[in-house]
Amino acid sequence: MLKLTDLSVRFRTRRGPVDAVRSVSLELGRGETLGVVGESGSGKSVTSYALMRILDRGGEIVAGDAVYGGVDLRRASERAMADIRGREISMIFQNPRAALNPIRTVGRQIEDVLRRHSRATAQTARRKAIKAMEAVRIQDAAARYHAYPFELSGGMCQRIVIAIALACDPKLLIADEPTTGLDITTQKAVMDLIAELIRERDMSAILITHDLGLAAQYCDRIAVMKDGEVVETGASADVFGAPAHAYTRKLVSATPRDGAQLRGLLPAEARKPPPARAALGAPILEVQELTKTFPGKAGPVHAVKGVSFDVRDGETVGLVGESGCGKSTTSAMIVRLLDPTSGRIVFKGEDLARRPAARFARDPLRAQIQMVFQDATDSLNPRHTSRQSIEEPLRRLSPLGARARSARIEELADLVGLPQPLLDRFPHQLSGGQKARVGIARAIALEPRFLILDEPTAALDVSIQAIVLNLLADLRAKLGMSYLFVSHDLHVVRLLCDRVVVMRAGEIVEQGAVEEVMRAPSDPYTQSLLDAAPRPPVALAAE
Amino acid sequence: MSGRLRAISLRILQAVPVVIGVVVISFVLTRALPGDPAVYFAGPAADEASIAQIRKELGLDRSWPEQFAIYVGALLSGDLGKSLSTGQPVLSDLATRLPASLELTLVSLLLACAIAIPLGVLAATRPGSWIDHLCRILVTAGVSLPTFFTGVVLIYVFYYLLGFAPSPLGRLDFIYIAPPATTGFYLIDAAIVGDWSTWAAALRQLVLPATTLALFTLAPIARMTRAAMLSALSADFIRTARAAGLRGRTVLFAYAFRNALLPVVTTLGMVFSFMLGANVLVEKVFAWPGVGSYAVEALVVSDYAAVQGFVLAMALLFVALNLLIDLIYSLIDPRIGFSAQ
Repeated sequence: MLKLTDLSVRFRTRRGPVDAVRSVSLELGRGETLGVVGESGSGKSVTSYALMRILDRGGEIVAGDAVYGGVDLRRASERAMADIRGREISMIFQNPRAALNPIRTVGRQIEDVLRRHSRATAQTARRKAIKAMEAVRIQDAAARYHAYPFELSGGMCQRIVIAIALACDPKLLIADEPTTGLDITTQKAVMDLIAELIRERDMSAILITHDLGLAAQYCDRIAVMKDGEVVETGASADVFGAPAHAYTRKLVSATPRDGAQLRGLLPAEARKPPPARAALGAPILEVQELTKTFPGKAGPVHAVKGVSFDVRDGETVGLVGESGCGKSTTSAMIVRLLDPTSGRIVFKGEDLARRPAARFARDPLRAQIQMVFQDATDSLNPRHTSRQSIEEPLRRLSPLGARARSARIEELADLVGLPQPLLDRFPHQLSGGQKARVGIARAIALEPRFLILDEPTAALDVSIQAIVLNLLADLRAKLGMSYLFVSHDLHVVRLLCDRVVVMRAGEIVEQGAVEEVMRAPSDPYTQSLLDAAPRPPVALAAE
Repeated sequence: MSGRLRAISLRILQAVPVVIGVVVISFVLTRALPGDPAVYFAGPAADEASIAQIRKELGLDRSWPEQFAIYVGALLSGDLGKSLSTGQPVLSDLATRLPASLELTLVSLLLACAIAIPLGVLAATRPGSWIDHLCRILVTAGVSLPTFFTGVVLIYVFYYLLGFAPSPLGRLDFIYIAPPATTGFYLIDAAIVGDWSTWAAALRQLVLPATTLALFTLAPIARMTRAAMLSALSADFIRTARAAGLRGRTVLFAYAFRNALLPVVTTLGMVFSFMLGANVLVEKVFAWPGVGSYAVEALVVSDYAAVQGFVLAMALLFVALNLLIDLIYSLIDPRIGFSAQ
């Protein structure tokens, strides 16, 4: 049905041509679902844009063929392509909220496609759009027809994007990271919906994802891409069960899953013995009945409704929950960026909640509690070199002179594994993993006792995530820090944490030793989180 | 809908403290200006006694709070005072001169938009092409040439050399009679009474000064349109629209352009306000009887009432303009509601 032969895509950039896709050959049969997996920059999205001919400016197909049902997609006229898009081949995208026109009602956006492909007239468009919304299981579609994207949840926006894609009954659906940025239970709902619709309508599909678990669960066949090339293709079970290519093996082993150990995520040659950890001490942080209420337009919003937990010296506690559950608000209060409405935050016997957040930057305890932020890129000043970023807390809060600071920065770079020459680079000149290291070096510069890690690996590829998680484990052992690890991914939490606290709607629903909670959750919500997580491919026989 | 009406009236109410503040500040500022109007009006031959007498006539011998109370009282009854230099009530001066400035400003703004917005859109859809370069050249030329210079060049070429344009002497050639004042805008007033020859004459007078101003204001509008279109076109939802096979025209206008309008409207508001202030030079060059030259003349001779009247009129105009822009925002972007707090 779809056949790519030696497809190559080149981008003209200021620094010369970049080959994003290098002679990729893929085949897709009728009714088949193909998973294209790979890390960022592997060319998996560009391949799909190329066959749709919606490449960004500067990108062009330089060699190879793309044939869909007898039509040469590379040589078809722009007019013919516009007819194919949306009617024969459709796409859904990541970040559904951004993928919709923010100032057009979702109903109108579905109508646009219907009318473009002559599936509806001005009179019938509205009825058909509502029908398309019902097809993607949107409750009360007639009322939602008038909604703007900002009025809908992320999962609902993705359903609209799917409705737009499927409105004209295409034969082939390309889903480009369709669930990235969605909560894990929403992810499951959206993926199940897509799978069901594909089956119902007997469509073929290409699922582009970085998540091996997702690909393994929903695809018949898998193509693994690396640096613009397909390194391995085969049936899902074969590719993940007995990966032939070294890169696939590396990806499979780096994916957090049941039964995996932290060191096991790394490639075999990089595995060192796990660091010895000191026994856990007395509680270093006690959170007692912490609440936070924000004033809202429609009455007060209770973001955090009385949570209590503690973290012992040297312990790592995971704080897990979906977006909006209050985990970020809780961590922002503990790190003293936000004042709690009530409750106590007892750190080393002192109640931090009494010290206003606005003045905490000058507090002697500031150095003791530090944070590693979620987005390694956005949390670094783009105009500061790594050295300046790491130096910032030292200059503000340590008595060190210029020379001593410089020595300390180099020591920190060694500690987090950041090569010294990179210290004088700017964030845009660093890779994601390197930026994460700078963020960690900055956070531990003042030798804090307590570190809050706010999804530090969420934006990283799995192989980089494996390295960063191991680095964090090593640093914990070496420096004797306690961590509060905020995450939505129970598999990742299990690898690093001793205990886990599960939050939902501002409340703690369950807490306990991480292995116990994972094995036998006492709360149905924890159970649903565990169920929703895609089953990563079975562990390698080699392990 | 009543919620929206209530929100709009709230928004108008918010403008009241601004207007009060402007009244106070314009009063204080004009008093703080150097120069004594009494000395000026008494003339060079005046002695101490006559200056004191004039000062008393003008009410300048009283304390500031007293003067302010008198000023506000008069203001409430619609009396802006009498201009010392023209001898006319300030209100009637403004009533004839403000429409002249507004007509010039609006026409040149329309002209600038008609050129700049399509140019910006075209430049954004074809970055690096000849139209993009043309846009850049026009923008650079527009901001770097001062208006009085462009004005003089235009007069030299089109009036003196080519003779296309009428003499640059005000709003209407002396052989025509101004249309009966309804709005004060000659183009509208002439159209109302159906006097098309006057209408054409007024338009001919307008062309050169409006072009001069438009050349200057074109730059920020074109630049902002191009930037806003570029960022709108690279947005994710454009890719969705293209992937759904929507036609180029739909993608460009219904999807990209409407999203790019917001910053463009913001720029229009800003441009309009600085045009009203900055067209003094153009008014001078073309002997345009506008409010800008009126204010400058009044300022030079410390004509309190006229300056205060001008500042107040401008402030009210700006408040109205901002209100209008806010309303346009909420029409363009559903995410911007009036927060009814």
